[in-house]
Amino acid sequence: MTHDCVIVGAGPAGMAAASLLARHGADVVVLDEQPAPGGQIWRGIEAADAGLRAVLGGEYAAGAAAVAEFRASGASYRPGQSVWNITPELDVWTTPADGAGHLRGRTVLLAVGAMERPVPIPGWTLPGAMGAGGVQILLKSANLLPQGLVLAGQGPLLYQLATQCIAAGAPPAAILDAARPADVWPALRLLRPAALPYLHKGLLLQGTIRAAGIPWYRGVTRLRLLGGDAVAGVRFHSGGQDTEIAANLVALHDGVIPAQHAARVAGCTHRWDAAQACFHPVLDAWGSATVPGLLVAGDAGGIGGAAAAVHQGRIAAADILRRLGRLDEAGRDRLAAADRRALARHLAIRPFLDRRYRPIALVPDDSVTVCRCEEVTAADLRAAVAMGCQGPNQAKSFTRAGMGPCQGRMCGTTVTTVLAAALGRPPGDVGHARVRPPLKPITVGELAEAT
Amino acid sequence: MFSRRDDPRAICRFIFEGQPLEAKAGDSVAAALLAAGITQFRTTPATGAPRGPWCLMGVCFDCLVDIDGQANRQACQVTVAEGMAVRRMYGPRP
Repeated sequence: MTHDCVIVGAGPAGMAAASLLARHGADVVVLDEQPAPGGQIWRGIEAADAGLRAVLGGEYAAGAAAVAEFRASGASYRPGQSVWNITPELDVWTTPADGAGHLRGRTVLLAVGAMERPVPIPGWTLPGAMGAGGVQILLKSANLLPQGLVLAGQGPLLYQLATQCIAAGAPPAAILDAARPADVWPALRLLRPAALPYLHKGLLLQGTIRAAGIPWYRGVTRLRLLGGDAVAGVRFHSGGQDTEIAANLVALHDGVIPAQHAARVAGCTHRWDAAQACFHPVLDAWGSATVPGLLVAGDAGGIGGAAAAVHQGRIAAADILRRLGRLDEAGRDRLAAADRRALARHLAIRPFLDRRYRPIALVPDDSVTVCRCEEVTAADLRAAVAMGCQGPNQAKSFTRAGMGPCQGRMCGTTVTTVLAAALGRPPGDVGHARVRPPLKPITVGELAEAT
Repeated sequence: MFSRRDDPRAICRFIFEGQPLEAKAGDSVAAALLAAGITQFRTTPATGAPRGPWCLMGVCFDCLVDIDGQANRQACQVTVAEGMAVRRMYGPRP
């Protein structure tokens, strides 16, 4: 069945777009992997009690209104659905199929959000090492409080999670802050007036952490996790000395990057964003990708954060209404005008953040596992280059990097940056490994049904 | 490792490696195991190294377990159910 718009992802961008489209009478279907709407940023918002909302803060609680608007919008919502293929003809395949695993869109909007940037450091594959976002998801979705948590790495999420743990009565044991002190001034020069509310918020978070008296190591380098069958400690360099602390739960963080696989499998052209040190799809001002009829909104198109994603979703929806013949160009432009102004305000902080928190582990040491699934180290990739490997697709044949169950989601960016450094070429030239369906595990029966 | 905030959700009983465990209704299998203090979910096919969940959002595939006889399920993407039987996975993928 052909729908006016198939939206993938029920986070801030997907819900905002769906709500606007449905209100204008468009036939819109929203597919989402999670059991309830909100994306990762507002994960579990409908089930969260007042206490949890207070712990997680006002920006989390604000998701309740967005979810309520989405629920009331009339958009068809299909939770628990993983998209495993999108074709350039805008056919969308989902699992579990349940007899409705194939949809076609006159337009498709990808609002699949971000993933945490992998943090390839020694020991990051040990049980007990998690992404900071993962730990936060456990708090949002299962009321789980991390005990004795060590936060390591850098970026706003690290500070946010620390303050949430403090508010919940489970303060972290330590923060190992790897943000480079030398990046403070170059970053501050990129601050614009519109960014000041965000800067203020960041300073408040840091003040809360200081007031709680949490050990906070700055300028951390040489971060490595210790342990045999699980994390037992962390060793790092800070303040001119090496320090080792015991820990069995470590949350690592080094920012977030667009979730690329859906846009790549559909054939969208991507480019390397040097400022954000990641790939994102090439988009026009409305979020249109290089595949006709396919649009991308929110962090999947480049990292801007949840507030920006809402406006990007509405801007994309305005252009979809034009494509569907429900608005002319002038009507589209009028509908999107306020969102464009708001989007500019929310994006004003990005140059500062991108410069302040440049990734710490883009090109890891030889011994570090880059591809977690197939256990390929940085040394393996460099050895492949020494034997003539020219890029990520060849690296699959040389090393199996990117060929495990996660299909290169966790290693893709690092494989590119390691190869680029070894080849002496820019990451954008080296490119990303080709992404093929199925994007998610499917049964042979589902595959048979789809062919 | 993890403790629970006060949580009014109903108790849900499932089996891990033949042993009964309690979860909260609505937990993912990954959250239920972590709440029970279990961080190692499997060993890897390539070297037999221990692994547990990393992302809790369906990206990393490190939380793969056997659920009710079906291997390679993402524990973070499956909601725990009464009587569900969960097992670790060891070494090469079946």
